[in-house]
Amino acid sequence: MKYRLLSSIALTIAMTVAPLVQAADYLIDTEKAHAFIQFRIKHLGYSWLLGRFNDFDGSFSYDEADPSASTVEVTIRTASIDSNHAERDKHLRGKDFLDVDKFPQATFVSTGFSENDDKSAVLSGNLTLRGVTRAVNIAVKPVGHGPDPWGGKRRGFEGTTTLKLTDYNIDFDLGPAAREVELFLSVEGIEQ
Amino acid sequence: MIWRDTQERYGLISIGLHWLIAVAVTGLFVLGLWMVGLGYYHPWYQRAPDIHRSVGVLLFAPMLVHLAWRYWNPRPQTLGSVTERKAAAWMHRLMYALMYLLLLSGYLISTADGRGINVFGLFSVPASISGLHNQADTAGEVHEWLAFTLIALVVLHVLAALKHHLVNRDQTLKRMLSSRC
Repeated sequence: MKYRLLSSIALTIAMTVAPLVQAADYLIDTEKAHAFIQFRIKHLGYSWLLGRFNDFDGSFSYDEADPSASTVEVTIRTASIDSNHAERDKHLRGKDFLDVDKFPQATFVSTGFSENDDKSAVLSGNLTLRGVTRAVNIAVKPVGHGPDPWGGKRRGFEGTTTLKLTDYNIDFDLGPAAREVELFLSVEGIEQ
Repeated sequence: MIWRDTQERYGLISIGLHWLIAVAVTGLFVLGLWMVGLGYYHPWYQRAPDIHRSVGVLLFAPMLVHLAWRYWNPRPQTLGSVTERKAAAWMHRLMYALMYLLLLSGYLISTADGRGINVFGLFSVPASISGLHNQADTAGEVHEWLAFTLIALVVLHVLAALKHHLVNRDQTLKRMLSSRC
């Protein structure tokens, strides 16, 4: 009898605690714009040009007990590129750059997540941009996680990576200082 | 000096405006076609579009004067058969419409994000309609199609003038070259 009581208490505790350590799924909060895909590229080598993609969505799962099981998927509508200049954005959407009529979407699908002791991590995955799929590594740092003031739970990361334009068949010559574009990603996920 | 138009001939104002607009439209077309293919480091990469936009804005003035002058002057009789005269009238209306729409669509590209158009550093035309969905891209595509259509009509217009001159041997072309014809 005593044994059964103890075991049922243990089971109850286990059932209560288990969800806390299990992988949680998160929807990236693009609806309220707490996620950003920004890029910067050198202009002539003299300054940084900044821009972003305004329209994307995605989700990720993160398992505190087993971070390596984490996954991320993001889809970007390439036509939403915004560098704060309509004529330039028109050019960026055109054939010289993203060719958004032909390639309306860019996607990232993770293939691995390797977390260090300090919780920084490398997120590996396949990025498809302008119809070209390539493996990329994103340096990731956790920003924070916990309950939000409205009854939900959130978790956020930031990440950076660098892409070579010609890797994705973007051949328009912007000069020797502008062959690579840096991405800065800031995502906040709402636990589902 | 014959400034005003009569029922037989064009005056100097009409002839001047016609050729001014003809040169500007042809020039804008060639410049526009050339500038969109320039590489980023080409010395004209910034200057060519600046000139294209500035000339486009300035062209608005002679185009309005041309239309007004046409309205307040007698119109020289179109020569040719009834069908030819009808076709010519519609051709001219279509060319006017395309030219005005070209100016409008070009303006909408450059002002899509609320920036004005700087005209040769002299003055700036403010944006009025901006932020429409996909404004720069849509206006750009329309601008390109209108331009090619207008130039096709210009070619027909020139061929028609040559036909009048060489086949019909009438005054159509000559009276656009001299107010004494």
